[in-house]
Amino acid sequence: MIAPPPAGPVPYEKDYALALLADMLRIRRMEEKCAQAYGEGKIRGFLHLYIGEEAVAAGAVRALKPEDNIVATYREHGHALVRGVTMNSIMAEMYGKREGCSRGRGGSMHLFDAGVRLYGGNAIVGGGLPVAVGLALAARMQDEARVTACFFGEGAMAEGAFHESINLAALWRLPVLFCCENNLYAMGTALDRSESQTDLCVKAASYGVQTLKVDGQDVVAVHEAAQEAARAVRAGGGPFFVEFQTYRFRAHSMFDAELYRAKSEVEEWKKRGPLHTFSARLKAEGKLTEEAFLALDHEANAEVERAVAFAEAGSWEPVEDLLLDVHSPEGRP
Amino acid sequence: MTTMSYREAMRTALREALAGDPRVFLMGEDVGRYGGTYAVTKGLLEEFGPERVRDTPLSELGFVGAGIGAALGGMRPIVEVMTVNFSLLALDQIVNTAALYRHMSGGQFSVPLVIRMATGAGRQIAAQHSHSFENWYASIPGIKVLAPATAQDARDMLAPALADPDPVIIFEHAQLYNTEGEVTAERQADIRTAAVRRPGTMVSVVTYGGSLPKALAAADQLAADGVDAEVLDLRVLRPLDTATILASVRKCRRAVVVDEGWRTGSLAAEIMARIVEQAFYDLDAPLARVCSAEVPIPYARHLEDAALPQPAGIVAAVNAVLGR
Ligand SMILES: Cc1ncc(C[n+]2csc(CCOP(=O)(O)OP(=O)(O)O)c2C)c(N)n1
Repeated sequence: MIAPPPAGPVPYEKDYALALLADMLRIRRMEEKCAQAYGEGKIRGFLHLYIGEEAVAAGAVRALKPEDNIVATYREHGHALVRGVTMNSIMAEMYGKREGCSRGRGGSMHLFDAGVRLYGGNAIVGGGLPVAVGLALAARMQDEARVTACFFGEGAMAEGAFHESINLAALWRLPVLFCCENNLYAMGTALDRSESQTDLCVKAASYGVQTLKVDGQDVVAVHEAAQEAARAVRAGGGPFFVEFQTYRFRAHSMFDAELYRAKSEVEEWKKRGPLHTFSARLKAEGKLTEEAFLALDHEANAEVERAVAFAEAGSWEPVEDLLLDVHSPEGRP
Repeated sequence: MTTMSYREAMRTALREALAGDPRVFLMGEDVGRYGGTYAVTKGLLEEFGPERVRDTPLSELGFVGAGIGAALGGMRPIVEVMTVNFSLLALDQIVNTAALYRHMSGGQFSVPLVIRMATGAGRQIAAQHSHSFENWYASIPGIKVLAPATAQDARDMLAPALADPDPVIIFEHAQLYNTEGEVTAERQADIRTAAVRRPGTMVSVVTYGGSLPKALAAADQLAADGVDAEVLDLRVLRPLDTATILASVRKCRRAVVVDEGWRTGSLAAEIMARIVEQAFYDLDAPLARVCSAEVPIPYARHLEDAALPQPAGIVAAVNAVLGR
């Protein structure tokens, strides 16, 4: 059932290919550190790791332009990082510090950054989808050439919000790029235990949108598909739905005993880990040496260390400012 | 000064908003071709075109969320949800997205969205179409809640709601649409303060929305009986204009709160709590409230009448707090 590891030539210049690899490494190392910090009690609450799925954020977010919008879920650390939110401000947010990208008000699930048009991690399954449709509507009404990319899991496709949103986007032919990260499980509920139609592209296609199904473990396939889809959306072809077939290597959150899947299944999928399969391909093509890989890894780890130091040194929002930002200053009652 | 219906006043406000700002657009179920469920938006499609007066599919969650996104994206959407009853299907977007965005993003994103909806009972359309959930919305930090009760306020409150950088919900009691009132050319109302509709000295009758005409009718009856009641129209349900409420109560030393919501957990309960917290020693009698009976609003006319606040019940409550 699991497809063979990605193979074949990588159609990018060395530097470009290494940048994709570096992004995946940065996400991986950052999240490994987050898990450790969680164990130390530095990060609390819900922490939804993306480990195993890095190729999707790395390949898809890089297919977007700076003027495009992104709406993501609670599993959005990778998207935020690749989009350009600094690791420092992400880590500080997870630590609950004032220097965090959401001033410590959001935490892991609510990373926001207006500067890079990241309209947040939304922790209501499906909650970001209608917002993405509205952002696309605003872009259209203001003649702005902007694609709005919305990331969500396959679990969200059972929600009414998905159906209402894709219908509206298709009906009005809005520039929305629907990016479904199908990691096969919604918490503990496997896809075939929750959806009558398990071919997600068939489901989406019923709304009259273009669809693509791609290997989400292959950063090249992801990047190519996302570029093609973004191009079609940008050209005015209306919304596009892409299913990225991927797998989460870690638990759903830090409270998950993973009773719903066999260890052997996880091990099988790990053989298709996006990092080592891509590295192997690059090495086979002479675009990457072991030394170069170690250097990238070292850089990623150094960035993580700096981010942790930044978060540790960060400050706590004074409690007197508890009520800040409930309303805009101009609109404060 | 012109006399117009509440419906016409609201339509005038919408027309002015659409004409005055290209970022403003209207969207909702049947706001265009049909002319609006309560005919509020009638004619606006012809005047402003389908881009700015958008008929949506039946998907309250979807189009309210799209309104949020459009507001985030630089537009000034006015989303019409047919009635508060159907807004329950959009509750998640209103509560979990619109109200929280600004705070959760550390102040980076605000949502300048206006949501209008009809509310209330009194037309024999039975339980599922007769809710009053203003109090639910009024309990949520991050949004503002308005309840214009006169034609003047219906015309006046939309513009400041649109100018507000954060989400604002406007409740229009369905029984008010046909009521008529004078509307001045210049704006009178703001979206911060309550209004004394009838000055009085003996008892403060605090109310809002569709209950205002009933409270005024009760005050007239009481006046004939020698009771000088003050009628206070809240107008703004969140944030409550507590200062004006307390001033009226301190002056009259007695108060009755009239609210079409169900008694338990009602907005009336919140108002009474504030009075008790802040003006207890100024009271000469226990407070009273007139709310809807705790029953799904029935269809049969006599039962519906019995379930809702009525002038006779308000008169009785006032007489009781006056010890008459
Ligand atoms: C509306 C809603 N229902 C339930 C939850 C609890 N919940 C959080 S994540 C999740 C699973 C979602 O799965 P999926 O959409 O596939 O995304 P994934 O977590 O696999 O990335 C559930 C049920 C929620 N946050 N929101």
